[in-house]
Amino acid sequence: MNEQPQKNGVLVDVDGVEKVFHRGSEDIHVLSDLHLKVPQGEFLALMGPSGSGKSTLLNLIGGLDRPTRGSVSIAGEHVNELSDRQLAAWRARHIGFVFQLYNLLPVLTAERNVELPLLLTHLSKAERKQHVATALGVVGLSHRTKHHPRQLSGGEQQRVGIARAIVTDPTLLLCDEPTGDLDRKAGDEILDLLQALNRQHGKTIIMVTHDPHASARAGRTVYLNKGQLSDEPVK
Amino acid sequence: MLNWLNQVFCVTLFNLRTIPERKGAVTAAAVGIAGVVAVFVGVLSIAAGFRAAMSVKGARDVAIVLRSGADTEMTSGLSREETRLVADTPGVARNADGPLLSAELFVIINLPKRATGTDANVPFRGVEKAGLAVRGDIKIVKGRRFEPGKNEVIVGTGAARAFAGVDVGETIRLGQNVWQVVGQFAGGGGSAESELWTDAVVLQGAYGRGDSFQSVYARLTSARAFDEFKRALTSNPRLKVKVERQGDFLAEQSSMLTTFIENFGVFIAAMMALGALFGALNTMYSGIAARTREIATLRALGFGAGPVVISVMLESLALALVGGTVGALAAYLAFDGYKAATINWQTFSQIAFAFAVTPELLVSAILWAVTIGLIGGLFPAIRAARMPIAAALREL
Repeated sequence: MNEQPQKNGVLVDVDGVEKVFHRGSEDIHVLSDLHLKVPQGEFLALMGPSGSGKSTLLNLIGGLDRPTRGSVSIAGEHVNELSDRQLAAWRARHIGFVFQLYNLLPVLTAERNVELPLLLTHLSKAERKQHVATALGVVGLSHRTKHHPRQLSGGEQQRVGIARAIVTDPTLLLCDEPTGDLDRKAGDEILDLLQALNRQHGKTIIMVTHDPHASARAGRTVYLNKGQLSDEPVK
Repeated sequence: MLNWLNQVFCVTLFNLRTIPERKGAVTAAAVGIAGVVAVFVGVLSIAAGFRAAMSVKGARDVAIVLRSGADTEMTSGLSREETRLVADTPGVARNADGPLLSAELFVIINLPKRATGTDANVPFRGVEKAGLAVRGDIKIVKGRRFEPGKNEVIVGTGAARAFAGVDVGETIRLGQNVWQVVGQFAGGGGSAESELWTDAVVLQGAYGRGDSFQSVYARLTSARAFDEFKRALTSNPRLKVKVERQGDFLAEQSSMLTTFIENFGVFIAAMMALGALFGALNTMYSGIAARTREIATLRALGFGAGPVVISVMLESLALALVGGTVGALAAYLAFDGYKAATINWQTFSQIAFAFAVTPELLVSAILWAVTIGLIGGLFPAIRAARMPIAAALREL
């Protein structure tokens, strides 16, 4: 885990991105000529009304989808030029995802869920175990390692999700409505955790949210409306 | 590579662990595959058993001589003179009593089946003194041999099992003649076991056959002597005969029925396999649908499409193997050794046989199951790998 925040250079560079979805004969323009730069070590909140394209933008940055036009580069790597196989390997190495519904595998214990991304590395079993313990320790769940998701509260499940996202020490954390399915108290705990990861461990975080309370924890907030970004909330 | 295998192992393990949540559909698919395999093995065990009943092990050195153009003993005819010429042909083995050769005739009689009481055609064969020694594997298992010149018969174990009134000590009335059953013989599981035997001369008299025969069975000095023996007979201008090895002849005699049963079995199994295939496809598709978000999550974390495809196919394969093994085991327990008798259309006579679930049959049945499993898993696997990750992540 990086202990020293490194606030230098642009980590995420979204340049002139357009995303069009085709539904039958209809073209739906979700993002149009969108530009976004995120410096390394920033905690950015991405807000906007439903259907504004927040998650689409997050998916493009995370290499889960490809832009119709424009380019996305992360740490200098042009993500949309990678093949599907290269993209999968790139995601494993550079991106940690945190999902609104946690997306834990119900048949695996907390520690097995956290270990999943490490199975894509060349770490030995002992090394994997060490990394899993560290990640679960960071999110405060060292005592719940053997529990299955159904035995954990929503907040705890999301903390397991965060442990899974950070266990490979990725370049970038992408959080899609991480508190969207939690009550205020559990949500605050998750936001505390994300803030700590940013401030103490220097993690660059992009968080999609529609909750102003959550976005207030970020260092900067940008607003997405009708496929365009602005620094001001939508009126 | 290790990394890739790790991915396959992990996704497969995850897939297999979700089976208890889908046990209804999974069980239905496995039972479907088990049914296909059981029917496949069951029907083809009839053909395998029938073929075994019509074959004689190690009979490469026994030849059968028929009149040229005859396909069966029933349509053949040889005079005493012709059978003597056969006996003098080079290649025929001899013992102290002379050539190991038996001129034989063959009639069809009616006997009631033990199971139903209805009459069935049974081969009644007249053999010469050397008849038992020629075949080599004939053993008297009860009673004694018939005495030459007397109305005495010995009954094959298959016939004794299938037909009533032919136990040792009983008498059989056929037209004006009464025959005493004096013994029972086993013939190494061959078709002879479905027959009744008596002295050829007595049978000639009883059925007004004069001094004619229908076939000659000859033991040769070795299996390699067959070609010389055949050449000598077919080039003899005084004879118009065809010569075959006994094993080949019997296999040919059963070919129509075994081919029919095999084709029928494969057809039925193929129809059922089609049903089971759709069952497997449905199970795997619904399994994939239920795990859409989990599979997408793994893909988002960096797991490749290849391991997803392989793991879904492995799951389908595992399902098919379990179903196939259960079906094969059930078929083995239900059918192997089951005794039956059926008519051989080529000889119009009953052949007693036992269903035979052979290792080859079990292997082909498992291969059927594997094929169903692979096809049943392939398309759902491709669908799983092609799912758009971003959309699938939001599936509930």
